[in-house]
Amino acid sequence: MDIFLLEAILNGILLGGVLALLALGLNLIFGVVDVVWIAYAELVMCGMYAIYWFCAFFGWPFLLACAVAILLVALLGVLVHLLIIEPVLGSAPINQLLATGGLLFFLQSLATLLFGTDFRNLGVRLPLIEIEDISISFARLLAFAVALLGAGTLYLFLTRSFLGTAIRAIAQDRDIMGLMGVSQRQIYFTTSAIGGGLAGLASCLLVLQYDVHPFIGNSFGPITFMICVLGGLGNMIGGFIAAFVMSQIISIGGFYFSIEFSYVLAFLLFIVMMFVRPQGIFGR
Amino acid sequence: MTVARVIAALAVALLAVLPICASEYALHIVIQVLIWGFIYTAWSMMGRFGLTSFGHGAFLGIGAYIPALLWNFAGVTPWLGIPAGMAAAVLLAIVIGYPCFRLRVVGHYFALVTLALSQVVLLTLIAARDVTGGSLGMTLNTAGHSWTALQWPEKSHFYFLALVVWLAGLAVWRWIDAGLDRVALEAISEDEIAAASVGIDVMREKLRVTVVSAALTALGGSLLTQYIQYVNPETVAGVAVSLQIVFAAIAGGMHALLGPTVGALFTIVLNEALRIVFGIHFIGAANTIYGILLILFIIFMPRGIVGVAEGIFARTLRRPNGALSATRA
Repeated sequence: MDIFLLEAILNGILLGGVLALLALGLNLIFGVVDVVWIAYAELVMCGMYAIYWFCAFFGWPFLLACAVAILLVALLGVLVHLLIIEPVLGSAPINQLLATGGLLFFLQSLATLLFGTDFRNLGVRLPLIEIEDISISFARLLAFAVALLGAGTLYLFLTRSFLGTAIRAIAQDRDIMGLMGVSQRQIYFTTSAIGGGLAGLASCLLVLQYDVHPFIGNSFGPITFMICVLGGLGNMIGGFIAAFVMSQIISIGGFYFSIEFSYVLAFLLFIVMMFVRPQGIFGR
Repeated sequence: MTVARVIAALAVALLAVLPICASEYALHIVIQVLIWGFIYTAWSMMGRFGLTSFGHGAFLGIGAYIPALLWNFAGVTPWLGIPAGMAAAVLLAIVIGYPCFRLRVVGHYFALVTLALSQVVLLTLIAARDVTGGSLGMTLNTAGHSWTALQWPEKSHFYFLALVVWLAGLAVWRWIDAGLDRVALEAISEDEIAAASVGIDVMREKLRVTVVSAALTALGGSLLTQYIQYVNPETVAGVAVSLQIVFAAIAGGMHALLGPTVGALFTIVLNEALRIVFGIHFIGAANTIYGILLILFIIFMPRGIVGVAEGIFARTLRRPNGALSATRA
């Protein structure tokens, strides 16, 4: 096999890890709260800025900055739920979509206002790993490993802990759970915090690979929704697999054509899939 | 309704003499309000019947780029280029709309499919950078004062063109309102299956309004390009502009005839005012406030500025329909 194609496939798998993490967070919120956060990728952008400022401006060590950023974005997730989602929980789904769309506008412009449109780089250079003729960026490998670890932890939390079980139960039947003595509101807040935390974790991994700028969310946001829908909205395992399908299309498409064209392919596949299997590849 | 007619006639007369007394800058603002108002009106033709499209950036982009490309590379006059762009948008609307409506892709699934569509058009425009100039955009070949090229140094010419197109957009809206289509579409947006069971051709009704909306959006896009004589993929295609369309229409009120135009007026004037107040130091200020307002609008007044105003009017006049309301209040 062509060595460069092999490299593209490997890079696709590594990209898939981060996309899977993003899709997991979005899916968790959708599955439990039943709201699509259009501005989910903007939370990642906030996290990336936070890490950038902590490290570059205050000179904090990277890991400390990451930990604080994860907490901050988790808090942001709670705030989003409190201020924006709760007031529209009862209205039409499309209004909920639009309210978080307003948040997208707000966060992007606020970042422009505060930090300008400059591309900022953390300046951390992680080594390249060379195996025979294939070179893999260590940052990507790390991101992949941490993303898998995060997904695994979430899986264990959801299946083994009481709170996780309650979260899954709410997703199945929100009315009955109230009768069982589980506070729906509390579960929603917990879920939003976990969803925010996952976005924060993703921002730690992405800040090592990409420059931060106010519109970075546009490069991940749309593809993340497509992945979630493709895997079946709310179906976390489906979303996880769909992330790798999409990342392969992007990576291999980028190898044969151009990176924009590979995204075009990914979006076209999404549109076609919506017609062929609207419930998602792994939907019931 | 007679009072409304008199007011409407006065307003049009006032708009017709505006270029005589308005400054170049004011005229520039009004032209933008008219063109964007027209585009938002075109979106609301679908949006008010529950067909929330996040993909109008696709139609806008096609309408903006096809006449520009034909003019720059083949010297084809926009008089032919604009219909070509509209035809392409209609074709795309059918290709996407038909399966969507046939397979009953509705609600936020419809929004996400159209969102993907607008990204496809945006990325295609950027990827074809050898022809379109990619993210750098493209400048129209200038032709001085030319009717065939639809380029005039005077703003007033453009003003009248924009005014006529905007009025035509309102006329289309009224035409949809007057026909049975509106009743059918309202029924569909309430309950699709029930509407089908009373003999409404759901497919056909949805596809018709989508085609009209796409064609008019493309026309709006080509007017924008002709006016600014420059086109950039980020400003006419993709998620950002699609969301901009949705929000402005909702802020103004997508159920009322003048709602989308009020949305355009509101957003453009707000943007200009903030730009004047803050200067170039606070680039994102306008959109930050805009974003907050949008969230507030969705939460507290989902019927938009005009929708709320109509409600107040109707109450003060103690009539079921306010005197100024052309549509259901």
